[in-house]
Amino acid sequence: MLIIENVKKTFNRGTINEKAALNGVNLHMNPGDFITIIGGNGAGKSTMLNMVAGVYPIDEGVITLDGEDISQKPEYARAKYLGRVFQDPMRGTAAGMQIDENLALAYRRGQKRTLRWGITREEKELYMEKLKGLGLGLETRMTSKVGLLSGGQRQALTLLMAALQKPKLLLLDEHTAALDPKTAKTVLELTEKIVDENNLTALMVTHNMKDAIRLGNRLIMMHEGKIIYDVAGEEKKKLQVADLLKKFEEVSGGEFANDRMMLS
Amino acid sequence: MNIAGFVLAMQGAVTQGILWGVMVLGLYITYKILDIADLTVDGSFALGGCVCAMLVVTHGVNPVVALIIATIAGVLAGAVTGFLHTVFEIPAILAGILTQIALWSINLRIMGRSNLPLLKVDTIVTQFMAVTGLSQSMATMIIGIVFAVLCIIGMYWFFGTEMGCALRATGNNEDMIRALGTNTKWSKMLALMLSNGLVGLSGALVCQNQKYADVGMGTGAIVIGLAAIVIGDMLMGKLHSFGSKLVAAVVGSVVYFIIRAIVLQLGMDANDMKLISAIIVALALCIPVAMDKWKIKSSYTKGGTN
Repeated sequence: MLIIENVKKTFNRGTINEKAALNGVNLHMNPGDFITIIGGNGAGKSTMLNMVAGVYPIDEGVITLDGEDISQKPEYARAKYLGRVFQDPMRGTAAGMQIDENLALAYRRGQKRTLRWGITREEKELYMEKLKGLGLGLETRMTSKVGLLSGGQRQALTLLMAALQKPKLLLLDEHTAALDPKTAKTVLELTEKIVDENNLTALMVTHNMKDAIRLGNRLIMMHEGKIIYDVAGEEKKKLQVADLLKKFEEVSGGEFANDRMMLS
Repeated sequence: MNIAGFVLAMQGAVTQGILWGVMVLGLYITYKILDIADLTVDGSFALGGCVCAMLVVTHGVNPVVALIIATIAGVLAGAVTGFLHTVFEIPAILAGILTQIALWSINLRIMGRSNLPLLKVDTIVTQFMAVTGLSQSMATMIIGIVFAVLCIIGMYWFFGTEMGCALRATGNNEDMIRALGTNTKWSKMLALMLSNGLVGLSGALVCQNQKYADVGMGTGAIVIGLAAIVIGDMLMGKLHSFGSKLVAAVVGSVVYFIIRAIVLQLGMDANDMKLISAIIVALALCIPVAMDKWKIKSSYTKGGTN
């Protein structure tokens, strides 16, 4: 599945703002893995996801997906394999376009965009069906502009879009962090449902340790651009928030836990 | 005021508005759909006119063929701006200015002098008059309407296709459509090419209508285009379908040229028209912002009851 080997990335190299975001990350994902990623601010969680997605070029190392080296591929070319949901609900959808148009764009992810009509009647029925599954009533608002939806609704739509064309890998970058707790819970439930139903392989960055423990079959912790803890299966199920906090304190010399993590 | 002269002036204004309307449609692609101000248009409009005049006058090319070649010239001008903007990441406005300035010299080279009259040569208007027996003003208007309608239909179709949808999404949310596998550099390039192709076509149509090309004929085209889009929006902003927005752009252009004709009939200097255009556009851009600020302020003084 996804293999990340010794990936390094330094931003603003040679300037006063030099920041080593990734310091040799290694990760082997198995098919069907649902990995949650936790770590303090600046640990490299989002950077790792962005490197997989090809948002920035990597400095060193190799990223392989299903045996194919994608390290040097541009972002748009990797899109064929990846479903992505971002932290900012505004980023995953086109606000000025209709709900069905957004879905049609996602339905053609990674395919050549031709001069065929952008959305067909059969598709619309499929989207209607899928939107019903979200349980948010969006199926009655297919031709509404996405800009009229709330953040939670947009995030739910983005999730649906990410899975519409089954991705090899789903990347969730703190996709509930900008939502209120209740909406975050709904979107998280939806995430579980969509991952289960489609049997997806997923990487999810989160600040919420309870969620990190509850969701997925494997958990990794990052610190200063490295994976410092990797736990799966039964061992992960037995994890407590206190264990994770202790682990954090071990690696960061006690001063780790930021307020956001303590409170969530 | 001479009524007959006034009617004639208005008819001319409507025709001119429609022919320039094709340029406004081109500008609509970059300004409204792609959300960038492409300053190439001043140059590519003149380029269309100059290429057309040079072909018809110097080389005796069929006027319809000249229109097609002028369109292609516009497409190439757009490609240059697109290349500078996407490959070398020069900000769109600057890339457009560079192409525009370069085109000034190129247009002079193409014509060999600063203006070229189309005397005693066939234009699409004279050919159409010969076939139908219509008056010149009627023939020009019908030709204008046919081209504008064809462009609107073409754009309506294109922006409904997969490629067109991806292009709209590029203007809407570039991150999103890139994450869905579209090379946004290519879609921006394509938009700039299509846009300037229409602008070049419009320049060639105007050239054949006014029977001369001038190296300065495109100066201020972007402001005229923006004014037309703004006026169209004010008049038909309530209509939300894409097709009606395109029609609004052309209607805006017609209204702009009618206003211009009235102002000229009232005895104003034609050279002041650019000032008026700039004021129209500036006001249209300022009013929504001022309204918002005023709303916030008044709701605050009312104690938040809004």
